[in-house]
Amino acid sequence: MIARVIALVRRYWKIISRPSTHYSLGFLTVGGFICGIGFWGAFNTAMEFTNTEAFCTGCHEMRNNVYPELQQTIHFTNRSGVRAKCSDCHVPHEWTVKMARKIQASKEVWGKIFGTISTEEKFQAKRLELAQHEWARFKANDSLECRNCHSYESMDFTRQSQRAQAMHSTFLASKEKTCIDCHKGIAHRLPYIPPGQGPSDSPGQAVPTAHTGK
Amino acid sequence: MKILAAAMLLFAVSAGAQAPGSHVDPMRGTVPIPEPTQPPRLTNWVNDDARLPRNYAMQPPIIPHRVDGYQVDKNFNKCLDCHSRSKTPFSGAVPVSATHYIDRDGKVLDHVSTRRYFCLQCHVAQEPMKPLVGNRFKPDSAQGRP
Repeated sequence: MIARVIALVRRYWKIISRPSTHYSLGFLTVGGFICGIGFWGAFNTAMEFTNTEAFCTGCHEMRNNVYPELQQTIHFTNRSGVRAKCSDCHVPHEWTVKMARKIQASKEVWGKIFGTISTEEKFQAKRLELAQHEWARFKANDSLECRNCHSYESMDFTRQSQRAQAMHSTFLASKEKTCIDCHKGIAHRLPYIPPGQGPSDSPGQAVPTAHTGK
Repeated sequence: MKILAAAMLLFAVSAGAQAPGSHVDPMRGTVPIPEPTQPPRLTNWVNDDARLPRNYAMQPPIIPHRVDGYQVDKNFNKCLDCHSRSKTPFSGAVPVSATHYIDRDGKVLDHVSTRRYFCLQCHVAQEPMKPLVGNRFKPDSAQGRP
């Protein structure tokens, strides 16, 4: 068995390592270059397509649950019409990190196939866990996807409300806190967060368990 | 019966049409009843964080900042995210009154009582608008109003 495999590998290695007899070196290098461009372009185009809103809302899980929530927030509708789409916040912009996130996201294909969140009830039940993944990601990369648009250097504190000024000039300036610590649930509704389960604890939000629908 | 109701309605409509402007509703202006009014322009919410004294004893204090888009439901209460007594040392917000932690049986809870949970039922944010209808209300001077 092993001998056969080795023989097979040896055979194909011979074919690959042998100089070409039919095609010129020029044809092979130029052809390879053009094919490479074609492949790279197609690859990136396909990957960019998975970043579009049409792709994200192509499945009912996103279209019926999280997308209508986004539409009601300032990240979708506001006076100047500048808006964020799904990938602006959920996909890193830098290529290597983006690739890592895309590979990670292949698990979502698995979830789609097996209907992990195929009904609203299932989604609500799983929502805290999913949100915690995103909070952890934002916490780990210092809210990079927020900062892609909201730059600390360009923030004019004098144009902010007093309480925003107070928070940003202390906790954000000292890097003690990052955006997601305070600004969770700004583009989606929040699930019930048991005390100690969010990036910043909010024990005040506890409601009697009989009413939490658990 | 139906005919009687229709006749009454017709009479009411014709009576209204006969005497326009005898009573001008300050909120509608002179726009006739069947026509839609021009909705007032939206304003920017008061957002200066300046606490205002009460107008009368036991008045729920008004909110001096924007609250649009705040999630207050069974899952999460955005107000309590800053105003709950455990969060105020960090947030610097005005703590929720201790009375809000007492349930209807007089038991003191470690969280806000459900009957006090929906903040915006009593506490309201302000829009800088003139009152649509005049009134002669004078705030109670004992509450610190000038």
